[in-house]
Amino acid sequence: MLNPTPNGHGDAIGVVDTDPASKSYGRLIGQTEFPQGDNELHHFGWNACSSHLCPYAPHAHTERRYLVVPGTHSSRIHVLDTRPNPRQPELIKVIEGSEVHAKTGYAAPHTVHCGPDGIYMNALGTPDGGGPGGIFMLDHQTFELKGRWEKARGPQHLSYDFFWHLGQDTMITSEWGTPSMVSQGLNPELLLAGKYGHQLHVWDLRTREHKQAIDLGAEQQMVLELRPAHNPTKPYGFVGVVISLADLSASVWLWYNEGRHGHGAWKAQKVITIPAEPADPADLPPILQGFKAVPPLITDINLSVDDRMLYVSNWGTGELRQYDVSDPFHPRLTAVQRIGGIVRRAPHPSAPARPLNGGPQMVEVSRDGKRVYLTNALYSPWDAQFYPDGIKGWMTKLDADPAGGLALDPRFLVELEQGMRPHQVRLEGGDASSDSFCYS
Amino acid sequence: MHALTGAPWLVLLLLGAAHGLNPGMGWLFAVALGLQEGRGAAVWRALGPLAAGHAAAVALAVAVAAALGAVLPLGVLRWGVAALLLGFALHRVLLNRHPRFGGMRVSQPELAVWSFLMASAHGAGLMVVPVLLSEDLAPSHAHHHLPQRASLVASPAHDALLATAIHTAGYLLVTGLLAVVVYHKLGLRLLRTAWVNLDLLWAGALVVTAVVVVS
Repeated sequence: MLNPTPNGHGDAIGVVDTDPASKSYGRLIGQTEFPQGDNELHHFGWNACSSHLCPYAPHAHTERRYLVVPGTHSSRIHVLDTRPNPRQPELIKVIEGSEVHAKTGYAAPHTVHCGPDGIYMNALGTPDGGGPGGIFMLDHQTFELKGRWEKARGPQHLSYDFFWHLGQDTMITSEWGTPSMVSQGLNPELLLAGKYGHQLHVWDLRTREHKQAIDLGAEQQMVLELRPAHNPTKPYGFVGVVISLADLSASVWLWYNEGRHGHGAWKAQKVITIPAEPADPADLPPILQGFKAVPPLITDINLSVDDRMLYVSNWGTGELRQYDVSDPFHPRLTAVQRIGGIVRRAPHPSAPARPLNGGPQMVEVSRDGKRVYLTNALYSPWDAQFYPDGIKGWMTKLDADPAGGLALDPRFLVELEQGMRPHQVRLEGGDASSDSFCYS
Repeated sequence: MHALTGAPWLVLLLLGAAHGLNPGMGWLFAVALGLQEGRGAAVWRALGPLAAGHAAAVALAVAVAAALGAVLPLGVLRWGVAALLLGFALHRVLLNRHPRFGGMRVSQPELAVWSFLMASAHGAGLMVVPVLLSEDLAPSHAHHHLPQRASLVASPAHDALLATAIHTAGYLLVTGLLAVVVYHKLGLRLLRTAWVNLDLLWAGALVVTAVVVVS
């Protein structure tokens, strides 16, 4: 949870009860406040996960216990211990932004993944607000910064998400913008000039060298969340593109490799396109009024652990879409659930008369694929542009039908107080975007 | 130097077998390569390089001990080996570091190098040295008033090689058996239920060996 309002409160990690049999189900039951409120907390993650079973570095007894929380505006990294009291995680370490800057040369840390040989974290750029952005490592026991990951970055400059195909020793990274391009809000001039990220990068995970850039086209602006297949023998994955300059549509692309064991060239193709919806300018924030349409804005996607269902957040139109991606080249839309949205303001079933703002944003899927959790805040400088009335933070849960189908759980709507906004969700026993596997 | 006969061979064989049990010594890697390629042949193909790397680690440890034995009194050598074994044990328990190399798409030579490094880093080769030291010591018990030297140096090179070979045979047997049985029969379900903390067990074995070598 992050606190964009200077009201004396710090940012925090909140704990929500997800046990349907519990009396406090669907409620915030614990909260650990951080010393400051200027962090802009983003994609935190566990210190350890299934990748620690990888046979070339098998250390099966590293506990999934600590949460590592990057602050994108402060460059601070907070480490929490969830073991003594899972309802009230304990803050055990704070790495100051100045230390991150000095030891990695990077700034604006954003995403954490537990890897076979330590904790990987990426950063949007450098301390001066420019680039390149990239990846650095932390020791998974001491949480010491281990420096930059890349040995040869080639043409890569912009950074956003990273993930890997452990079975193919391959890392994929995506592109958003450097700190100076994003921290003052979405810059329409940069956007219309196609300056935000529009490429994927392929890396050798063993040599840490850049292997290939895949350009989706300059009109495909902001290539964000990477969701590789969990099956380590399948070299493909999905990535969301926020907006197309051609028609304000959003899209999902498939990257894949047809070579044996991922030795061929990597390719990408668009497999899902979601069009913008026409809208009355009076209903739109200033940044969109000239377009007379609300863009879907795909800000997050998530793939179920069985690689069957893809969930796509449309933060602009207020829709969560579910696609059957059993055939990854031909996704099949199986369900649409509406909640929030710039124009739609769809309510939650627990309060059908009350419009909600924000929209489906970070989406997390339980390991059994039956539960889907959503939060509604994106990034505070951008929240203010698309939801100028001020996002009222909420988190909700949907029940997913393995055969296709989505329904909001009427018992689950967590609404945050004091201007707090929710972002990333992590489930206690792991989830669809925490775990990566070396065994099929 | 007496020819090594009887119990030490069995000890070497069993020690090799014990090393093979540790998933960090290679059987798990062989299974993973089989799963990744989707065929049992990949499991079998991994065994040769794994055994070669393990054997090289043991041979190196034995050779270093022999070389040191030429210049150091036996007592010093034994305490030195014990201290190193304890060091490896502490390293297992306290640091538990991950190696910063490795991957799933490995060639046969890379797999052998991996096996060599894993066996060396875990003190597997070092664990074999005390077996040879104790055997060498046996005949000299009666003459403890004489200056004692680790007689490894005096032993024919083929004894050291034979010791390495016997140890590796035990290792290969268990590694191969586990890899093939897990790949073809048991599957990875085993890992969910039957996983014991082998890091601790391994550290315990290092400590026991250290105690034995100086007692």
